[in-house]
Amino acid sequence: MDLLLEIGTEEIPHWMIPSALAQLAKLDLLGASANVDATPRRLVVRATGLSERTPDAEQVVKGPPITAGDKAAEGFAKKQGADASALRKAGNYYELVKTVSGRAASDILAESLPSAILGIQWPKTMYWTDRNGPRFIRPIRWIVALLGDQVIPFEIAGVKSGNVTRGHRILGAASIPVNIATYEPELRKNFVILAAHERRHKIEKEAAALGAKLDSDLVETLTYITEFPTAIKGNFNPLYLELPAEVLTTVMRHHQKYFAVEGMQGGLAPNFVAVMNTSGDPEGLVKHGNERVLKARFNDARFFWNVDQQKKLADRVEDLAKVTFQAKLGSYKEKTDRVVALVKELGGDENAQRAALLCKCDLTTEMVKEFTDLQGVVGGLYAKAQGEPEVVSRAVYEHYKPLSMEDAIPGTPAGQIVALADKLDTLRSCFSIGMMPTGSKDPFALRRAAQGVVKLLVEGDLEFKLDSLAAGELHAFLLERVQYYFREVRGFKYDEVNAVLKVGVSTLKDVEDRLNHVARVRPTPNFEPLAASFKRINNILKQANFTQGLVDASLLEAGPEKALYEAYAGLAAFGPLEDVAELRPHVDRFFDTVMVNAPDPKIRENRLSMLSDMLRKFSSIADFSEIVTSGDQK
Amino acid sequence: MDTFQDTVLKLKHYWAERGAIIQEPYDVEVGAGTMCPETFLRVLGPKPYRVAYVQPSRRPADGRYGENPNRLYKHQQLQVILKPTPDDVLEQYLGSLKAIGINLAKHDLKFEEDNWESPTLGAWGIGWQVMLDGMEITQFTYFQQCGGIDLDLVPAEITYGLERLSSFLQGVDSVFDMEWAPGVKYSAVRLADEVQGSVYNFEMANVARLWRLLSEHEAECKELLAGYEKYPEKKRYPVLAAYEQVLKCSHLFNLLDARGAISVTERVGVIKRVRDLAVGTAKVWADQQEVA
Repeated sequence: MDLLLEIGTEEIPHWMIPSALAQLAKLDLLGASANVDATPRRLVVRATGLSERTPDAEQVVKGPPITAGDKAAEGFAKKQGADASALRKAGNYYELVKTVSGRAASDILAESLPSAILGIQWPKTMYWTDRNGPRFIRPIRWIVALLGDQVIPFEIAGVKSGNVTRGHRILGAASIPVNIATYEPELRKNFVILAAHERRHKIEKEAAALGAKLDSDLVETLTYITEFPTAIKGNFNPLYLELPAEVLTTVMRHHQKYFAVEGMQGGLAPNFVAVMNTSGDPEGLVKHGNERVLKARFNDARFFWNVDQQKKLADRVEDLAKVTFQAKLGSYKEKTDRVVALVKELGGDENAQRAALLCKCDLTTEMVKEFTDLQGVVGGLYAKAQGEPEVVSRAVYEHYKPLSMEDAIPGTPAGQIVALADKLDTLRSCFSIGMMPTGSKDPFALRRAAQGVVKLLVEGDLEFKLDSLAAGELHAFLLERVQYYFREVRGFKYDEVNAVLKVGVSTLKDVEDRLNHVARVRPTPNFEPLAASFKRINNILKQANFTQGLVDASLLEAGPEKALYEAYAGLAAFGPLEDVAELRPHVDRFFDTVMVNAPDPKIRENRLSMLSDMLRKFSSIADFSEIVTSGDQK
Repeated sequence: MDTFQDTVLKLKHYWAERGAIIQEPYDVEVGAGTMCPETFLRVLGPKPYRVAYVQPSRRPADGRYGENPNRLYKHQQLQVILKPTPDDVLEQYLGSLKAIGINLAKHDLKFEEDNWESPTLGAWGIGWQVMLDGMEITQFTYFQQCGGIDLDLVPAEITYGLERLSSFLQGVDSVFDMEWAPGVKYSAVRLADEVQGSVYNFEMANVARLWRLLSEHEAECKELLAGYEKYPEKKRYPVLAAYEQVLKCSHLFNLLDARGAISVTERVGVIKRVRDLAVGTAKVWADQQEVA
């Protein structure tokens, strides 16, 4: 049988919908798998091939001991609703085999669905009936629950399940009886496009046709904020193009959820693309309304720009004393002083130091107070407009970068140093007062800052040793991020990362080189067996409690032992790993024929010395015993 | 075309027809209609209530000397409280938009997440900003907590920004060009308030005296709250007067803020002072409702 469940709600915040759907997809539907879909007003689960009933099952009930006699047996049988003749003997006891009849799927679902629905985890829930009422993301107003052509009867917050859905708030009917087959077509007739991918596609197609610069985050937002998306194009006065594209785009994108439109020569056109939650705008009223709002927004931005120019960034440094960085860590003025000093310490030139001095000044501007996302960017634009050298303004502009793992690092050495110093200072300061991130709590976005430090060090090819930048807990915190970066961003295998980090970290560039090295040799046929041997050696040494000793070449036995010694001793310690991998046949032969635990303690000692010597020699690149080989897999 | 006052009258009429008491504006300065006792206190406890009123709302820091077409030091809200929330509350709300002449089929309406929170009132709720053709015209909130107390019944709060709504309906770019009454512009009625209010708030309000006043009103409020427990005839006790002192404090805080007199570090402390008063009052008020 087929199933349809539609939870009709008031508008759910767009960003919460995908995770709710992921949870609904795991719903227990008697073994059938759930197909999920959603608009802001409905969460929908559909499934096919549910069985009508669960199968009958046999249950064995243990009875009294046979020695207890017939009376006891009869009593047991009666209690189980069976005749004593149905009992059978099992060992010293009676037992009864009962048939438990299966249940109707509809009954099971009627029982399980309410708690499954209310069990969806949301970032923030509400109650809407009274204090003891159920909690959900927004009020539930209707429920469609059908199994085949029958309603699965249940109730949540006074709403009874049924077969009546609702269309688009404005364009659709308020009450639409449906069955499983007519459900989606009926919705469509009532201006609800149920499938997110279809809405997404409609937005992308229409917006692109109108010249929009598509932006996947905004497309996603609009997909889950509409039931029937339709794109329209609006205009604004070209005079506003005097404002920087960054400001115009931010106003359009973040405040109005519009796409910007690309103009000639890569700049912006005096247009925008808005996505409505309706089918059209034949009279141009929506276009006009949006244009009117945007004009007011741009006016504000122009006003802020003009007001801000009355006081140069350089004259705002002292004002930063009034802006709190963190209660215990003082003001942004103090932070600025620290960052300038750190930039100097890290070898930043005059331009980098100037950029460090100016980089936080935009926090005192009206523009950033209004458009906080533009911090840094506004500072850079103002620095440029106020005649600071290009290298300074660009460093200020980019100093928050990289904002994410995907974001690029600043494009100039000055920008990289300032970005590094700023993040490092935040990390050091917060760690100094014990504000480390815990679990999901990371109010100062320290993970992101640390990630930025790692990305800057590697991708900026910055020759700072990690030890010189951080110590103690911060060092460990950065190391975690180093692992994360090389694994998740760069795609190295976790054991390769572990192997390389195990032997120590100097600069991250060096870590990267060694990782590339290991990854390159890894697929060669000798490598993994050799790694397995190294692991074996490690275990032997550990068991023997052996650290190190001098190899006495005269004690080496001719044959595989001597051959191995000569083979590895002849290799350069920092030479190509490929050569090290070539040791494999020697190692294999050694283990095949030579007994490390020789009866003569001197020989034994010497063999252990040789093994540890070899291990150490080739462990400058990576600790190969960390490499997971096929023999390790469980 | 409807004037500003036409629109206000139609909205009041619409909600009156749906069982709301039409209240008049509260006579103590507030930053939002939510702060009026008709909302802040009435949402507490188990008694159903429906009310609608226009509330001039003062936000000193938003003043622009009447030079910005959309920003006002004192704007007006139409506040509706429906306690408990009817199941068709959003349909009723959409009906109110139709009632003031908006043909929704020709416009774009979206409900975008916007959860309201007031640290000074110890209050928060879940809801949306309602966007009409890209403009926020209403704040819709399901109250969850007020004065630090979980609410027994969940009220819906509908707050219309009247200037925005009316200038949208009239198609003017500046609120000051909107017709308040036939032949009378908004500027003729309200421009002086904006200019003089901004001058006072930003330039002339005596900071030292404002701080003293804040302490005085705070002391008055505390004294009143402290006296409740021993007072024999609970029903007569002036809890409402205590709440007015809270509002005075809140407004003085906003004025000091606009004067730039509150540093970031002080800010948290002053907000807490006001919240303590608001929470204390809510508690006493809830108790007073329960005693026979």
